[in-house]
Amino acid sequence: MRLRVNVDAAPGRSPRQAIPFLLPALVLLAALVLYPLVFSLIRSFFDARGDEFVGLRNYVDTFTDPRTLTAFRNNVIWVVVAPAAVTGIGLILAVLTERIRWATAFRLVLFMPMAISLFASGIIFRLVYDEAPNQGVVNAVVVGVHDMFSPASRYPGARPRDGYAATEAGFASIRPSRAGDTISLPLIGYPPQDVPPQALGASPPTAGTGELRGVLWLDVSVGGKAGAVDPTERGLPGVAVEAVRDGQVVARTTTGDDGRFTFPDLGAGDVTVRLPAENFTLPFRGLTWLGASLITPVIISSWIWIMTGFAITFIAAGLSAIPRDALEAARVDGATEWQVFRRVTIPLLSPVLLVVFVTLVINVLKIFELVFVIAPGSVQSEANVLALQMWQVSFGTGGDQGAGSALAVILFLLVAPAMLFNIRRFRRERS
Amino acid sequence: MGKQWIALLALTAAACSGGAAGTGTTEDLEGQTVEVVGPWTGDEQKSFEQVLKVFTDKTGAEVKYTPAGDELPTVVQTRISGGTPPNVALIAQPGLVAQFAGAGALKPVNADVEKAVTDHNAAVWKQLGSVGGKLYGFTFKTANKSAFWYSEKAFQQVGATPPATWDDLISTSRAISETGLAAVSVGGADGWTLTDWFENVYLRTAGPDNYDKLAKHEIPWTDPTVRKALEELAKLWGDPTLIAGGALQTEFPKSVTNVFGEPSTAAMVFEADFVASIITTNTKAKVGEDAKFFPFPSVAGSKDAVVAGGDMAVQFKDDKATTELMKFLASPESGKVWAGLGGFLSPNKDIPETAYPDAVTRELAKRIVDAGDNVRFDMSDLAPAAFGGTKGAGEWKDLQDFLADPKNVDGIMQRLEANAAKAYGK
Repeated sequence: MRLRVNVDAAPGRSPRQAIPFLLPALVLLAALVLYPLVFSLIRSFFDARGDEFVGLRNYVDTFTDPRTLTAFRNNVIWVVVAPAAVTGIGLILAVLTERIRWATAFRLVLFMPMAISLFASGIIFRLVYDEAPNQGVVNAVVVGVHDMFSPASRYPGARPRDGYAATEAGFASIRPSRAGDTISLPLIGYPPQDVPPQALGASPPTAGTGELRGVLWLDVSVGGKAGAVDPTERGLPGVAVEAVRDGQVVARTTTGDDGRFTFPDLGAGDVTVRLPAENFTLPFRGLTWLGASLITPVIISSWIWIMTGFAITFIAAGLSAIPRDALEAARVDGATEWQVFRRVTIPLLSPVLLVVFVTLVINVLKIFELVFVIAPGSVQSEANVLALQMWQVSFGTGGDQGAGSALAVILFLLVAPAMLFNIRRFRRERS
Repeated sequence: MGKQWIALLALTAAACSGGAAGTGTTEDLEGQTVEVVGPWTGDEQKSFEQVLKVFTDKTGAEVKYTPAGDELPTVVQTRISGGTPPNVALIAQPGLVAQFAGAGALKPVNADVEKAVTDHNAAVWKQLGSVGGKLYGFTFKTANKSAFWYSEKAFQQVGATPPATWDDLISTSRAISETGLAAVSVGGADGWTLTDWFENVYLRTAGPDNYDKLAKHEIPWTDPTVRKALEELAKLWGDPTLIAGGALQTEFPKSVTNVFGEPSTAAMVFEADFVASIITTNTKAKVGEDAKFFPFPSVAGSKDAVVAGGDMAVQFKDDKATTELMKFLASPESGKVWAGLGGFLSPNKDIPETAYPDAVTRELAKRIVDAGDNVRFDMSDLAPAAFGGTKGAGEWKDLQDFLADPKNVDGIMQRLEANAAKAYGK
């Protein structure tokens, strides 16, 4: 078969000829974009089962559901903080990397996070912010720095069995003692296998005139009697003990390897025996990054890590297109580098910055995977965003696709202005 | 290997005597195909396919198994809407079964199947599969959600024995906390573990009848029985020395490795029989030696009771091959095959104990059968999903808030009732 070549006087102007070429694209667009769009809109006016028309009820429900309102609030935080932060950091890094020798390599590294799927990045950050310092790198650093300045206590978590009240300064005995008494001080809440090797078997001291004596031991053993020194139980060495009279510390000592302690000259009158809190402070565990209060900032920070490369690439491309002579002219006129950046570079770059910013806004409005993966189930409602809420409402168990469609329509209406803005920009640039 | 031989022998015996029990008829179904949709993937899929292979060998009918995982409700729903439902599906949510039955998508089971269900199971299971007086399905595979798993090492350290009552559990927990180890690790980042906690305590303090009423929301969540259960729970959850730290950030698998992994931070974890498989795959501990279980203790003198989950077999078509397969799945014969392969519990009381591969599984299965009509299905799976099955909402979220602040019993009850009223009202 020979192809019939029909040379038109004005090529590409005949609609009759254009239709067969456009048809496949039109069919695809209608089937894959237009139909779902219209269907979602219609579906949003029907109930969960899809056979009863409910008017605007899904929309009313959506706006009165506290979960959606939290999602709205979070979306607002995201839109306000995230795109601006990424554009700003991207601009700074792009300008800085332009001046270094290995700019391309540097940008490549910064771009790498973009190559990882959001889902995988989410899992990475879930681990990065894990609360346990032996798993989460952030808390490992925080704990490391903290412990450098205030070292961990010797017996974290240990506490007297009874007869002592927890106060700010430590555990204070409820009953007063005086010189000549002997005190037995059973401690619990500490693993017997972690007792220091030099510890010796504990035994109650004999009373001494003029001295307050006592034994402090770990009262934990199989078949042991609570409050009594059993054969296998050992003293806890190196625990600070204080004698307090009228709110003043009058004597201070530490326990020996057999757990015994002695206050030699207390004078007359009652004292309160106190175990200072620093003996037992629990190790600093870092912050609960994935708790209700920090979860949204944490997820935003991971998004910034991912998207900065995207911003740098676009802004760097824009930078290389700035006419060098404009910058040179400014410098010749005596402008400082800051003035050049502020008065020449940024105005010339502003179209690119705007496109990057708007694209990021669209991206942020649709954010889903990061929130889904990073937020533990217990705080997912605090971290909720509209796209996640839409998915949960429509496809979570017992899904209500009517209400889900309403959320989808709302989300579409929120994204639409940004899209229109971008489209209009592209068109203006082309003409 | 030996265990499998026993299972095979038992199976052959059942096949020979099967005619009388109405299970083992050797119908010739050559050339027919049955499609089954189920939730099992991976190893469980392989085991289930072994079960189906026995059916094929017996009848000649081809069985095609489609694993749908957690998305099973969506898959089945879509297939029904599209007019091509599978022959048989195994569904974990009784609420969904009721919904499909109500919509007329399910076929009631045949009289032979009904007889098998009545003969082999406690009455409570038949009730579970009935909608509007008709039996639509039966539980093929079940989960025993009333088990406390404990570290033998941690118990030895204080010379503790498995507690039989809730008060014993608390005093054992105290003794363990004296060694500097938390007593219980709670997987509070997942809401469903917390609903299982509540259900076990509630079933014991309020009794099966109130349990049924609360599951249908015939009594409100502000009922005194709910308060009692929450207060019992608070005895344990409210003591920070007993619960491993960061419970609300702990996912369920993590709560298991907290106990059986290295280093361990707690001595016990509460959850269903599937904890055993997490221990085996994620830690070095050996189930039955380092890791043992005791049944959920009795609260205030309550009788033996088990909260169970399970997958219900239902049929969407009623041709001969489908009915034969349902008959086969309802018989002890099919359960015995999977029981021998491990990772399987059945409510079927005619599966001999010896069919299960080890002492732990045997005990878990025996508990369900022995509890008889005191078995109750997981309440949160019976509730509308908006209340009992949604991350960050309803019962899941409210109990997480309760775990965060166990003193606030009144506030939580009111929130539970408000959320339940909304979800059940729809």
